[in-house]
Amino acid sequence: MKEIYLDNSATTKVHPQVQELMVRIMNEEYGNPSSMHKKGLEAGHRIQEAKQRIAKTLHVQERELIFTSCGTEADNLAIIGGALANQRAGKHLITSSIEHPAVLESMKALTELGFEVTYLPVDENARIRLGDLEAALRPDTILASIMYVNNEVGSVMPISEAGALIKKKNPRTLFHVDAVQAYGKLPVRPKTAKIDLLTASGHKIHGPKGVGFLYVRDGVRLKPLMPGGGQQRGMRSGTENVPGIAGLGLAAELACKNLTEDMDRLYGLKEYFVQEINHIQGAHVNGFAGRDSAPHVVSVSFDGIDRSEVLLHGLEGRGIYVSSGSACASNHPAISATLLGMGLKREYLNATLRFSMSVFTTREELEYTASALRELLLTLRRFRKG
Amino acid sequence: MMKFRVFLIKYAEIGIKGKNRFLFEDALVKQMRRALKNVEGDLRVYKQPGRIYAEAAGDCDTDEVTEALNKVFGITAICPILQLPDEGFEHLARETVRYVEEIYGQDCAQTFKVNARRARKNYPKTSQQINEDLGEVILDHFPGMHVDVHKPDILLNIEIRESFINLYSMEIPGPGGMPVGTSGKAMLLLSGGIDSPVAGYMIAKRGCKIDATYFHAPPYTSEWAKQKVIDLAKIVARYSGPINLNIVNFTDIQMYIYEKCPHEELTIIMRRYMMRIAQTLAEKSECLGLITGESIGQVASQTMASMMVTNEVCAMPVYRPCVGLDKQEIVELSEKIGTFETSILPYEDCCTIFVAKHPVTKPTLKHIRRSEVLLSEKIDELVQTALDTVETVWIKAEE
Repeated sequence: MKEIYLDNSATTKVHPQVQELMVRIMNEEYGNPSSMHKKGLEAGHRIQEAKQRIAKTLHVQERELIFTSCGTEADNLAIIGGALANQRAGKHLITSSIEHPAVLESMKALTELGFEVTYLPVDENARIRLGDLEAALRPDTILASIMYVNNEVGSVMPISEAGALIKKKNPRTLFHVDAVQAYGKLPVRPKTAKIDLLTASGHKIHGPKGVGFLYVRDGVRLKPLMPGGGQQRGMRSGTENVPGIAGLGLAAELACKNLTEDMDRLYGLKEYFVQEINHIQGAHVNGFAGRDSAPHVVSVSFDGIDRSEVLLHGLEGRGIYVSSGSACASNHPAISATLLGMGLKREYLNATLRFSMSVFTTREELEYTASALRELLLTLRRFRKG
Repeated sequence: MMKFRVFLIKYAEIGIKGKNRFLFEDALVKQMRRALKNVEGDLRVYKQPGRIYAEAAGDCDTDEVTEALNKVFGITAICPILQLPDEGFEHLARETVRYVEEIYGQDCAQTFKVNARRARKNYPKTSQQINEDLGEVILDHFPGMHVDVHKPDILLNIEIRESFINLYSMEIPGPGGMPVGTSGKAMLLLSGGIDSPVAGYMIAKRGCKIDATYFHAPPYTSEWAKQKVIDLAKIVARYSGPINLNIVNFTDIQMYIYEKCPHEELTIIMRRYMMRIAQTLAEKSECLGLITGESIGQVASQTMASMMVTNEVCAMPVYRPCVGLDKQEIVELSEKIGTFETSILPYEDCCTIFVAKHPVTKPTLKHIRRSEVLLSEKIDELVQTALDTVETVWIKAEE
């Protein structure tokens, strides 16, 4: 059976060149970058090289990057570390209601410490409204955290406009962007968008799991969350995950090298897939479907389906792997805040699948997927609960 | 704390099995060896007349040993013992004092009784003399302790054996029951819920080996649900020994019933086919009965009327050890045996996917048989296909 992997927003397969580099480092350049001998220096060079590669893709400086164990850790460091270091200026935070749990739970933890959080609603296309943001900004707002691309439906937030708005109101308010679903998929420019803190993760861009980074604009103060040996200028203690960091660096370079061409190709595929979906009876694409959305995510709700999970396993039976809701935490089926927030009809909340593509996705795979969907829907709609 | 290296194993029911007694003891020894295989201390299990011992070659941890032996049915108690060579009464008295001091402390203020028994009758003192003399020694050394011959806090057992003396006072309760392998084999219908693993445990406790059957319904149930059942079987296997788990693809049968029969009868008819299939598999693997986790009145398919109707398709006995237990009692047992956490993982199982809003609670054989006639065209073929495509997983006891 062929394997069609359309769950790239959950995770991606590791690029062969990245694998090769990581294996070489694990075998040969296995030193600790803090060691004083040659082996340590060698490992240190690999970290430097990764920073150069990533800095180039973002047009930022190398010293503005901190490596973490994952996107969740980077979000935590940005939000909790940022809030704790700047709480004298105020205790008000802003975020959207459809963020990743790493952001929402960090906010919740801060609420328990006496911070106040404003959650921005979203429109029917899962985007925040700038008017709501403007209204929420206060003199004591110290940090606003807004995701770049929503992980469930692929909506793109007005990040540059939000950055301009935040800085116009108060240049000292920190702007954090969770770009886990955007980095390597869309051009991300922290300086242009006035972003102070930006999160990305390795395994969403054909890099390894267990590594991510946080961009921290020069001059931004954070309170480190992990006491320890003082690595990475004390911002993130712990021996650096050298193979992971090197893998992330190379994956970032590869993802951004031909970004314009890759985006064009993915938008083409998306357009094709959306067209196919629109030909299926009772299938509805959620949110924007064109160039105003992320190139790799398509969220679809289906009429006459009791549980999207059954459709998911039906596709699985045909070698096609997708997600229902958001995969990062969807072992426990809970109502999606994103789908709810964009005002999706009740019966669709548990009848929605996410298809997410990568540069390895082909038109044939999407064609096969659409026809598998057609077949499955016929059976599943015939056999319903009740 | 005193380090023990020898454990005396007490067993009850198997002591009364007459000429078959050695068979039961051998089964117990075998199960104990299995349970102790990966316990630190290189434990040897051996029989002596009327006694089974586990003895460590090196250091072992008493808690680890008792935890392992607590999964061996047939054991009523595990006694960590001090095994002494017979070097005269003075030596025994010194060791007894050391034992009491180490276990209960110099300032022990509990009541006690010495209980001596002699397997070797030529020991210079009678049992009664040993009781009195050792009692005196203890009273001399531990001013806080008093004798209570009726309900002592500490019962200090002294066993004079042929070549050594056993000294012990602690009895850690074992699981009871009979050693697995002494009663034949039964087929457990394992669903992934809370009840069926408990039912398997309870029947294994009566000395039965277990095989299991799980009904898988892709795409309505997931690989995760299947893995959950495999994980549950692994936990049950810690007690029952290896389990041959049959995974039956039930989707087509279920859909066919759904299509042809009245919807409110779906669950009952489905369960009748599950029983039929499990019975066929049971016959193939020489099982002598089926086991289910049913409890009277728990759900619509477990009313007395429903169970009468599902039972009708079975020629072999269906053992339902949970039948008289309340849900809470079953939950407590599942927590005790360690299956609860796995059982409550939220994956859909095949019994709930098509359940009707108002399933029948008082089905009659007449009606159900009439509905099953509607299936006559294809059902035999579907059942045969399900039997032909069974996937079997050999579940070894998880260490």
